[in-house]
Amino acid sequence: MFKSIKFFWQAIRQLSGDDAYERYLIHYAQHHSADGEPLSKKAFFKQWQDEKWRGVKRCC
Amino acid sequence: MNILLKNTLWIAVAVLGASAVSGIALNRGEPINALWFITAALCVYAIGYRFYAAWIAATVLMVDETRATPAERLENGSDFVPTNKWIVFGHHFAAIAGPGPLVGPTLAAQFGYLPGTLWILFGAVLGGCVQDMVTLFLSTRRDAKSLGQMARDELGALGGTAALIATFAIMIILIAVLGLVVVNAMKHSPWATFTVSATIPIAMIVGVYMRYIRVGQVLEASALGVVLLLLAVAGGRVVDESATLRVLFDHEGLTLAWWVMAYGFAAAILPVWLLLAPRDYLSTYMKLGTITLLAVAIILLQPDVKMPAITQFVDGTGPIFGGKLFPFVFITIACGAISGFHALIASGTTPKLLTNERDIRMIGYGGMLLESFVAIMAMIAATVLDPGVFFAINSSAGVVGKEAIDAVAKISSWGYPVTVEQMQFLAQQMGEATLFARTGGAPSLAVGMASIFGSAFGQGMLALWYHFAIMFEAIFILTTLDAGTRVGRFMLQDILGNKWAAMGQTSWLPSVIFTSAVVVSAWGYFLYIGVIDPNGGVNILWPLFGIANQMLAAIALCVATGILVKSDKGKFAFITGAPLLWLIIITSTAAWQKLTSDDIRIGFLAAANDLSSKLAAGLLPPDKAIVAPKLIFNFQLDAVLTVFFVCLLWLIVFDMVRVCVRYLMGKPVPALTESPHIPSRLVEDWVRD
Repeated sequence: MFKSIKFFWQAIRQLSGDDAYERYLIHYAQHHSADGEPLSKKAFFKQWQDEKWRGVKRCC
Repeated sequence: MNILLKNTLWIAVAVLGASAVSGIALNRGEPINALWFITAALCVYAIGYRFYAAWIAATVLMVDETRATPAERLENGSDFVPTNKWIVFGHHFAAIAGPGPLVGPTLAAQFGYLPGTLWILFGAVLGGCVQDMVTLFLSTRRDAKSLGQMARDELGALGGTAALIATFAIMIILIAVLGLVVVNAMKHSPWATFTVSATIPIAMIVGVYMRYIRVGQVLEASALGVVLLLLAVAGGRVVDESATLRVLFDHEGLTLAWWVMAYGFAAAILPVWLLLAPRDYLSTYMKLGTITLLAVAIILLQPDVKMPAITQFVDGTGPIFGGKLFPFVFITIACGAISGFHALIASGTTPKLLTNERDIRMIGYGGMLLESFVAIMAMIAATVLDPGVFFAINSSAGVVGKEAIDAVAKISSWGYPVTVEQMQFLAQQMGEATLFARTGGAPSLAVGMASIFGSAFGQGMLALWYHFAIMFEAIFILTTLDAGTRVGRFMLQDILGNKWAAMGQTSWLPSVIFTSAVVVSAWGYFLYIGVIDPNGGVNILWPLFGIANQMLAAIALCVATGILVKSDKGKFAFITGAPLLWLIIITSTAAWQKLTSDDIRIGFLAAANDLSSKLAAGLLPPDKAIVAPKLIFNFQLDAVLTVFFVCLLWLIVFDMVRVCVRYLMGKPVPALTESPHIPSRLVEDWVRD
């Protein structure tokens, strides 16, 4: 029961992008740790939002 | 589970589905319970998903779960990210489901509940879902390329250009028609106008909160926004009841149309974080929440559908839009049965997140099934209304007359009794001054939803439910409107950038202002004409949108069919070829009738000629004579657009057939561009859920 609530909560966080920065940090640590410091939360969030709305994202 | 039990279960589903479908199809004269619709839909979807989709995935596409997807091969942490299949499903569904499946079925309910329901069910299972799934598959095998790029690579330059033009044209007409729906919902309704306008500052508050106050706390900010939205719905009542405040929000359609255009322009220029992104969060939560609530309410309440199975309007005399059942029901319900726009989402966005090819069936086919289910619920919400009430709300003044007494007399004479008192009482219950001639589908859907919610969760709050439903529709219509204007702007900047490099810079302010203004004027023009047209505008714009959207679907299906033939799977080409053939038939027939019909409510040219001769003979009252030249020009423009769309469609079809024939004759054709097979590294250690 507790496990499924936790999964559900995590799904909501991931769907909405609430945990996008945390996931970015993990990805950064795994793949780009040699390239210096990762972006700050603010800078990352700006870039993430701008990227998201570049193409066709919503339909009729 | 053992095989026997499994087979018995599926046979039971098939029998239940068949009896539900035949129940709603053969029922005549008596109200039928909405639960039959839900049952029929779920059984048809289950069988389509379990058998047809599984067969396509295994035998035709041959999805390979050991093959690395673009998300894995090109992972970059931002747009290419292997993601859990449920999350991808959520993103995909939120992207494809817009206002289309709510408006289309509501309009098509003028033919009765049956034609629309059957098309939504079978169009989705055999056409729309297949299109989405196959496009998702093809894009996944091609590094998540867009539909336009695939068309260019696999068919030739013509297909790619056609896809680009079609996308742009649909966007313009779609935004205009959606703008019209919102305007008609707000016309002379201070409550609705206040609530809808309040969504703009609320979105900005949420945007600022996420950006500066609590950076990146998306859920927290959205929760704040949802609370504020609900307050705005309730606050509308205060505005409506205050004599000084209500005049501020009581406007003519035309004034509101100018405001919508000004808003669209501002939204295309303002930074994404301030308006577009926060508004999209709010609309997504509202959308998912309200749709779930509607499903729960329908199941709890089990309302009776009062609309007859088939009305006399199948002969083409319908008051909401002119045109016979064939082909117009198939044009009117685009989203919900088959929608070309989905191919843009299924290529490009979704494949960048897909972790494993075997989830293509669930995301592509399953996502569209859910959208089709939304369309079925919209159909139920429209048909639980008394037919007389439904027609009184949705028929424009140009068709049934301006005065309430004329309108009810006309509608009752069709055999759908309704009285002025009944309409007044209903309007009063919903907190509106009048509900006559509120065309566009949103008000009647809101009345339907309010009566369902009201019966399931308490009658006392009907007016609140009504305005909640209006807010819910308006908020994601406006999201589509500003997202669409923005995409239109980028496309235009891209095209102009080929000639003048400076125009292509998406952040160069003069270019931003110029291209946004061009895009807004393009849809603003159609919105303006739609508002000044006494016949309601929806009658003209919605079929045009339907034709354009089906044309984009035809392009996607052409690409898919061409690739199937080129991959030596010609014997299976019918899975996309058959829906393609059907789309060619219906769009060409609809376009032909729109051009050549003598009926002024169907034929663009007939309407233009009729109006010019009346104008020349001085038969028009002065207020109509002023707008007549504009309407005449618009009818001619619509005719030209229709010809253009059909020519584009046939060009692509011929191009696809040419490529297929050349391939079968062994002549050279553009090579398949499938990416090479690279084994996935995620299969062994990826924990499946």
